Amino acid sequence: MSFHPHTSSFNGVQGAGALDVSLGPQHPSTHGVFRMNVRMEGETITKLQPVFGYLHRNHEKIAEANSWLGSMPYTDRLDYICPITNNWAYARAVEQLAGIEVPERAEYIRVIVGELTRLQNHTVFLGFILADMGAWGSALMYAFREREKILDLFEWLTGARMMVNYMRFGGVRCDLPVGWLEKARAYVETYPAFLDEMERLLTGNEILLARLQGVGILSGERAINGGLSGPVLRASGVDYDIRKVDAYGVYPRLSFRIPRGTVGDCYDRFMIRLLEARESIRILQQAFAQIPAGPTLNPAVKQRGFKPPAGEAYGRIEGPKGELGFHLISQGGEKPYRYHVRPPSLINLTLLEEMCLGTKIADVMVILGSIDIVLGEVDR
Amino acid sequence: MNLPGSGILKGMAVTAVNFIGSFFDRAHAKRLITEQYPEERPILVETSRSFPFLVFDGDPEKGIRCTACKICEKECPPQCISIVKAKDANGKPILRPQIFDIDISVCMGCQICVEVCPFESIRMDNIYEVSAYDRFGTLVLHKDQLLKSNEYYRQIHPTEAAQTDARIEAVRVKKAAAKAASAKAAAAKAAAAQAAQTQPEPAA
Ligand code: SF4
Ligand code: SF4
Repeated sequence: MSFHPHTSSFNGVQGAGALDVSLGPQHPSTHGVFRMNVRMEGETITKLQPVFGYLHRNHEKIAEANSWLGSMPYTDRLDYICPITNNWAYARAVEQLAGIEVPERAEYIRVIVGELTRLQNHTVFLGFILADMGAWGSALMYAFREREKILDLFEWLTGARMMVNYMRFGGVRCDLPVGWLEKARAYVETYPAFLDEMERLLTGNEILLARLQGVGILSGERAINGGLSGPVLRASGVDYDIRKVDAYGVYPRLSFRIPRGTVGDCYDRFMIRLLEARESIRILQQAFAQIPAGPTLNPAVKQRGFKPPAGEAYGRIEGPKGELGFHLISQGGEKPYRYHVRPPSLINLTLLEEMCLGTKIADVMVILGSIDIVLGEVDR
Repeated sequence: MNLPGSGILKGMAVTAVNFIGSFFDRAHAKRLITEQYPEERPILVETSRSFPFLVFDGDPEKGIRCTACKICEKECPPQCISIVKAKDANGKPILRPQIFDIDISVCMGCQICVEVCPFESIRMDNIYEVSAYDRFGTLVLHKDQLLKSNEYYRQIHPTEAAQTDARIEAVRVKKAAAKAASAKAAAAKAAAAQAAQTQPEPAA
């Protein structure tokens, strides 16, 4: 046996000076166990091949062997930064499949916890992208401090910080505890000040501008062709938000704007999160004011032994990372016949090579960070 | 146009404010301070959940609420519950578990078992120090380890326990009322039958 230091993961002839590097899967800046095979000329990227699957846990097949309700806690583990929106997307798909009505209060609770999730996702995004640029410290710690406070709210409501298992078909599992709404409202009131602080810390910083502006440009046309969604798509200037397009839940009653980028570079993708977080605060304030009293779960739905009629449905929501959809096929039994997840992170990754070609190796991490992926959802 | 470097200075001012401020924010209103864990214990919120336990009233053998109906075993998503029904001296199955095991190294704390149990007998605990060297010896909890009293349940989840107690009480009252009603009906029937018997025969 001999060791071949030049064995390449690509089946091509290596040019003079070309260097193949396997980035990941354990590099801390790769956002989990994500691996990229990168070919470089000097420091310039000439080829990039993502390698998925290190976190594959058979989510879809397990769901097909489990009851409909039994898959709900597993969806928490898809995008583990935002478990509540995963619950929501699955519940919505099942509700479409079985034609279930959701009580009004439950819809408002969903919007509130969903927007809080978006808020904390975008906040930790700001921290993570700074860590990708080498600023491992202040920004990430400030972001985690705020996230922790939102997770405390989730724990109070659902019993767990992250693995919430909160939504049910036709509503949510339990009503808001006494005093929760007041606490959440008071907390959201402090959030704009925190975002201001974050902006003072980051947006004017010359090093940050140099690292983000003009890096990893993606045109709106290419983004649409690639099927991208969420903040990455909107940063490329495309006006597409499922909260507006599908107008699901009580979103039509809430007024909010859809921020859009103009250049489609990493800086736009960075700023769009800040702007979206501010819109989320607006949505939350309106939802706090409007939330009615009433039931939180449709009593007609039997959760245990739930059997939707035979059929097929695709339910989607605007998750913090993009279009999160569940495609379900039922044959009328206790288990789904087919259960497919459309994770935004995976689809958004498909144009990673295009964004990275011609940039320097140090920019790859920033571009990857600006897409905002979570491997729990990419590999499933 | 800004002076070059002013953005960085502005950012550093934010860091400085946070750093110095952390010495004065004793109430932890804005800044979170690391909990000194083994010395300082976290105060868990009431809803906090980790692994399931079995509730009993009074006596752990007689007061066990679980009827070994095995619904939780079937519904548990990762299939970590294992139940064997108890048998009486004649080998007839009785409504009590002989074996009730939960493998908490597999359990994901989802509380689906709690939701599906029709007898209010399984509830979520909030223990968190369960690390062990031996996976099968210590992390598979058996019935005697899982059984905890209703008083304990009231202590860790007061609101939820009060609701559960109220539901059980309502069922008991309803059952008692039904029993009384049926006893009354039976008595009335018996009285009517007796009255029919004691009715004098019409004179021939
Ligand atoms: S909490 Fe969930 S995983 Fe654990 S025993 Fe109950 S149903 Fe199973
Ligand atoms: S804990 Fe509840 S659901 Fe499980 S076997 Fe006992 S009675 Fe049935």
